[in-house]
Amino acid sequence: MALFNLKINGKTYKADVDGNTPLLWVLRDHLDLVGTKYGCGIAMCGACTVHINGEATRSCVLPVSTVANATIATVEGLSETAEHPVQQAWDEVDVPQCGYCQAGQMMTAAALLSKNANPSDKDIEDAMVGNICRCGTYHRIHDAVKLAAVKMKK
Amino acid sequence: MSNIQSRRDFLKSTATAGGGLVLGFSWFTTEAFKPKVLANTAADVIDFNAYLAISPSGIVTIFSPNPEIGQGIKTAFPIVVAEELDADWEKVKVEQSPLDTKKFERQLTGGSGAIRHSWERLRKAGATARAMLVEAAAKKWSVPVSECTTSKGFVMHSSGKKLSYGELATAAAQITPPKDVKLKATKDFTLIGTSVKGIDNKDILRGKRLFGIDYKVEGMLQATIQRPPAFGLKLKSFDATEAKKMPGITDVVSFGNKVAIVGKTTWEVMQARKAVKIQWEKDKDLESSTDHDRIFKEMLNSTTPTVQRKDGDVEAAFKNAYKVIEAEYQCPFLPHSPMEPMNFFAHFKGDSIEMAGPSQTPQAAQGQIAKMFNLAPEKVTIELTRMGGGFGRRLNTDYAVEAAELSSIIKAPVKVTWSREDDMTGGIYRPAVRYRFKASIDKAGNMTGYMLHGASINAGNSTRQDNFPAGAVENLLIQSNDYKSPITTGPWRAPITNFLAYAEQAFLDEVAMAGGKDPIQFRLELLDKAQQRPVGKITYEPNRFREVTKLVAEKAGWNKKKKGVFQGFSVYFSHASYVAQIAEMAVVKGKPVLKKVYAAVDCGIVINESSARNQVFGAVVDGLGHAMYGNITFKEGAPQQDNFNKYRLIRYNEVPEIEAHFVNNGVDPTGLGEPALPPTGGAIANAIFKSTGKRLYNQPFSEQGATLG
Repeated sequence: MALFNLKINGKTYKADVDGNTPLLWVLRDHLDLVGTKYGCGIAMCGACTVHINGEATRSCVLPVSTVANATIATVEGLSETAEHPVQQAWDEVDVPQCGYCQAGQMMTAAALLSKNANPSDKDIEDAMVGNICRCGTYHRIHDAVKLAAVKMKK
Repeated sequence: MSNIQSRRDFLKSTATAGGGLVLGFSWFTTEAFKPKVLANTAADVIDFNAYLAISPSGIVTIFSPNPEIGQGIKTAFPIVVAEELDADWEKVKVEQSPLDTKKFERQLTGGSGAIRHSWERLRKAGATARAMLVEAAAKKWSVPVSECTTSKGFVMHSSGKKLSYGELATAAAQITPPKDVKLKATKDFTLIGTSVKGIDNKDILRGKRLFGIDYKVEGMLQATIQRPPAFGLKLKSFDATEAKKMPGITDVVSFGNKVAIVGKTTWEVMQARKAVKIQWEKDKDLESSTDHDRIFKEMLNSTTPTVQRKDGDVEAAFKNAYKVIEAEYQCPFLPHSPMEPMNFFAHFKGDSIEMAGPSQTPQAAQGQIAKMFNLAPEKVTIELTRMGGGFGRRLNTDYAVEAAELSSIIKAPVKVTWSREDDMTGGIYRPAVRYRFKASIDKAGNMTGYMLHGASINAGNSTRQDNFPAGAVENLLIQSNDYKSPITTGPWRAPITNFLAYAEQAFLDEVAMAGGKDPIQFRLELLDKAQQRPVGKITYEPNRFREVTKLVAEKAGWNKKKKGVFQGFSVYFSHASYVAQIAEMAVVKGKPVLKKVYAAVDCGIVINESSARNQVFGAVVDGLGHAMYGNITFKEGAPQQDNFNKYRLIRYNEVPEIEAHFVNNGVDPTGLGEPALPPTGGAIANAIFKSTGKRLYNQPFSEQGATLG
């Protein structure tokens, strides 16, 4: 066990855990940040996507010891009031069905848009292909990424 | 929190605290609709199960019984009430009711039936409250009711006076609910049929604690369970000495051929599980996929199948035929793969048990758990969480029951969380099925005989004997065989029809082409026959079948000879809804590429346009993805695919353009969670045939060389 001071969503969280524990389970079981979801545990579905120093990263295979000094962002950090352009776009396009994968989808989209304000369809595809939506809301995810891009320019 | 308690709290907070109106009504469709104004009395708490409340501040609350799984029910129910009530949608909120088997007749999510079941009751509840508010206003103003109108949460008088529902709610509670209320004409709907965003969107998008897997109470332990790694194995012995020494582990126990590892955190129990040494032994046959292929052949050669339906003399029809067409279609076992793996919370307290989690059938879970502990059903309380998908998996109660059993053994509150591997290898699969079809045609290409033989593994009757084309063919035989296997199966989104529709619709294309008929014309002629001179009993309405067929043909420009475009058609009736689809393939660099799917849907009145479109698009994507890729194979009882690296789900870059059209016929609404899925596989298979000349007889298509481009 080791004590980690994790910088998440602009706050510092303390976690006394084994350094090999994946960040996903530290967030969910220790820090009560349950917006980040478990889907496969092998970085194949994207439900656990968070930002590590601004990069979309799968937290289910990421030992917490490797992010001790990193800047971490989770879905809870987009905006507590759902006012981040990506959240707004997801709501306006009415993307969710069951909603379970959408935190990961939005975190992937937010990382893309923070680096690329005018993503082409191909750019969006390359970014979103790693996130599975079992309900099949892919068309709306596409529309929402486009809308979020417009909103971010305003 | 028990359900009685929560209802009492609900009444307290709405009815008595500061006035307002609480209207109770019964959800039972077998009972007359007798609404009553409720106060906070024990009798009221017990007698009524559905509520509509209007607070003095004008907030309209609807207590909704059906669990949300992504089908949009939690938004659709209040839309129906708000429409008849003329409420301001911005002021409507919904409370998820816990399980209450005494009072809710149909508290389950499955069969696309919630809206069909509740439509009229919800409308009457809204209309009743509206009538009482109008009467309260008329009394206040001393004017006739006929001079008052309502809109967006206000009662208005022709003189220009108006009062909000909040201002009128307490006075309305003094009025006896009218016995008969007039419902709106469908043409007067202002909310139903519009696009309303999901009522929980904001909570979902902020990552709030909504799902079963997020559930937490103080002092709760976490558990993971090792189940037999192959169907047909049972637990022989286990050694948990090392595992018990690992950090965070509080207990390792076994029950019912399982070993449960209990501890403080999910990760710790998952790690310790690897350190438990377990011996398994053979209990039943350890089947491999090659065994299943053999078993299918044996069943199709059976001389004693169960006859499900027989019209005329199919053997004579085949004997006298101009041509006979025969084919066999096969589909594999499929896991449901909801993104949220199975999980459930249980806290056994000796004389009662508290449960919480995602369930499509909480009532069944309650019954089994009550029986297991010899408790009265009401001693088993189940809080219903949002579900991260289900697709039928959560109709099975295994994961709730085992959590209850574990809690009773360790005498502590515990949440069992399945890993993805547990979820994919733990069974409750879509049954594997093989169908044999045989049809005869006359010289003009008319179908004179039709035979379907379903051979299934743990599916029961794998046919839908009274569905189309039954009723449209003079000589028809529908029969089935089923094989009991240790591999556990259960309903999978659009049970049976998720595959039967593809097989049948592909085969009907084969029959149409053998007789030189256009596939759509061929079906329209059969439907004409079923309409004008039906043979035996039919469960569908041929004219509604025809309407969706014609609509999709018109929208997709069927037979308009679009250059380089190959179209495949399919139409199916399930869960009381009708859906026709046309898939369009193009050949790019010698390979077929799926470009577009058109869907025409008759689900009666569309309640929420946005949600309905989302369901249709999702069902097409689901139908396409599983037809292309889905496959669970077995080797000596062990599933060979255990996670998304070995089991492929459709992704963002693989979906075609989709266009959905709804038939606007004003018929009472029917289900939409499932009906748009069954036609998709057939439309795609038929389009692939047109573009390549290759008929796909087995799913998954990808294993027969099909690609999406």
